Amino acid sequence: MANSFLSIEKLTQRYPDGKGGEFTVFENASFGIEKGEFVCILGHSGCGKSTIMNILAGLSEPTEGVVKMDGYAISGPSLDRGVVFQNYSLLPWLTALKNVTFGVAARFPDWSKQKIEDHSIAFLDKVGLSGDAIHRKPSQLSGGMRQRVSIARAFANEPKLLLLDEPFGALDALTRGTIQEELLKVWSGTDQTVFMITHDIDEAILLADRILLMTNGPLARVAESVEITIPRPRVRTDIVEHPNYYAIRNHLVQFLGKRSAELAGQTSAEGETHAPETVLIEKTDHAADEQPLLQAVKT
Amino acid sequence: MERLSENRRAAIWSVVLLFVGLFVWEISISAQTVNTGELTEYELLTGAGTAKAGVPPPSEVVVKAWQELSNPFYDAGPNDKGIGIQIGYSIYRVLTGYFLAAIIAIPLGFLIGMSSVAYKALNPFIQVLRPISPLAWMPLALFIIQDSEASAIFVIFICSIWPMLLNTAFGVAGVREDWVNVARTHELGAFKTAFTVVLPAAAPTIVTGMRISIGIAWLVIVAAEMLVGGTGIGYYVWNEWNNLDLTSVIFSILMIGIVGMFLDAAFGLLQRRVAYVE
Repeated sequence: MANSFLSIEKLTQRYPDGKGGEFTVFENASFGIEKGEFVCILGHSGCGKSTIMNILAGLSEPTEGVVKMDGYAISGPSLDRGVVFQNYSLLPWLTALKNVTFGVAARFPDWSKQKIEDHSIAFLDKVGLSGDAIHRKPSQLSGGMRQRVSIARAFANEPKLLLLDEPFGALDALTRGTIQEELLKVWSGTDQTVFMITHDIDEAILLADRILLMTNGPLARVAESVEITIPRPRVRTDIVEHPNYYAIRNHLVQFLGKRSAELAGQTSAEGETHAPETVLIEKTDHAADEQPLLQAVKT
Repeated sequence: MERLSENRRAAIWSVVLLFVGLFVWEISISAQTVNTGELTEYELLTGAGTAKAGVPPPSEVVVKAWQELSNPFYDAGPNDKGIGIQIGYSIYRVLTGYFLAAIIAIPLGFLIGMSSVAYKALNPFIQVLRPISPLAWMPLALFIIQDSEASAIFVIFICSIWPMLLNTAFGVAGVREDWVNVARTHELGAFKTAFTVVLPAAAPTIVTGMRISIGIAWLVIVAAEMLVGGTGIGYYVWNEWNNLDLTSVIFSILMIGIVGMFLDAAFGLLQRRVAYVE
């Protein structure tokens, strides 16, 4: 894990609780993400998902612990770590296109104006925005289109790590479905590493290579790392037919519904790291004969 | 019958109100009759037989306006200049004082808006200086600057600085953190962030402050010029009052209103340009 592309080591976040004491959101959280991996993190509100995201983005500092990318500890925000915020965070006085060129110009300062624009238009096109729409201001776009612009801005910058903070949280289910597919389309064919927060189990299964499960806060931890053993390319309507789909889904539902609360609040021994337990669910035919409904492999 | 649009109906009402107002004014003036009956010797001696200096009827004001506006830039000595020259002086003083204020207020407002230490340090001074009537500075300004022209400009400067300063600070402090985070994750430097994110985000609030300031500056210049004298629309009003030429007084009051309206409209236009919808 220490050799992963992105390694989160003994991350701890404490806040003053307003009564002179301290409130620990999570403690000694450690996990790694490999290059090109798409990792989702699932957990209830208040378990510190967004805090982890902000630390990875460099927008806030952990109380203890380090985050290393490519072997170097990160400090502060960087163009190497792109962020898609839940509320889109487009600049409302700029058109959709200008919002993307804004990012590209910051990322590639020596590019010509034309090159920046062509590059931006290409990425807007990848998320299904072209023609007249890209010259509109965010206020004239629907929520789905705004989030597309935000995704285009993040991908166009080609960051080493892309952080998505509940990007589809504010969208209706139908729009969400389309944009998830567009996100997959943009992502596949790149070796973009993605770390995404979500509340939606089906969304996580559709998108992720691996799902990290967090227990409830306070004293939350990343308890499990569930491998999504469904081959890509994945299509929403097809993956539900896959034998592993419901096995994985049930496991996730059980965890979030029951075990996240049962496992919550367990204090760790001094210096112990909370590495997540890897869970591999394999129910395809060749494996089904040999009974392993659920294998827990301690890493 | 087809219904007229809201704007048309409003325009018709405006015209109706104007004519009714002017009519009532005209009627009430001509009702002030001159005493033409038998007069005693005493009454004759005290001037009761001559027409009283009264408020002129609108028709006279219109004639006066026509005369003045058909030759606005004549210059026949220090006490007889065209209305265009007088207004020109006033606008020059207002704009000079106003832009000097903007040069100081907007950067300072940025500083105050970005740093809560700067805000807390400067706030007591602002709170004490802000409510001072700009004309109260006039004696001090005249004494220190020793120049009536520059003193008038100083008075404009001091009255237009506060709304711009406070609105800039307020606008900058209120820039949404998401947008600042966008700048941070794109590794923009302090200056780039200030110009490409904070300035456009705060621009509507800043321009609102500028609009309030220009309004106040135009209010204050009339009073300031009445005090310093020499030239300008404020001086012109006072001079015509001393001449007991009420037609000119009414005409210049109208001109002050019209110029003020145009100054405000110019900033209204600017305000629409920098506005955005979240």
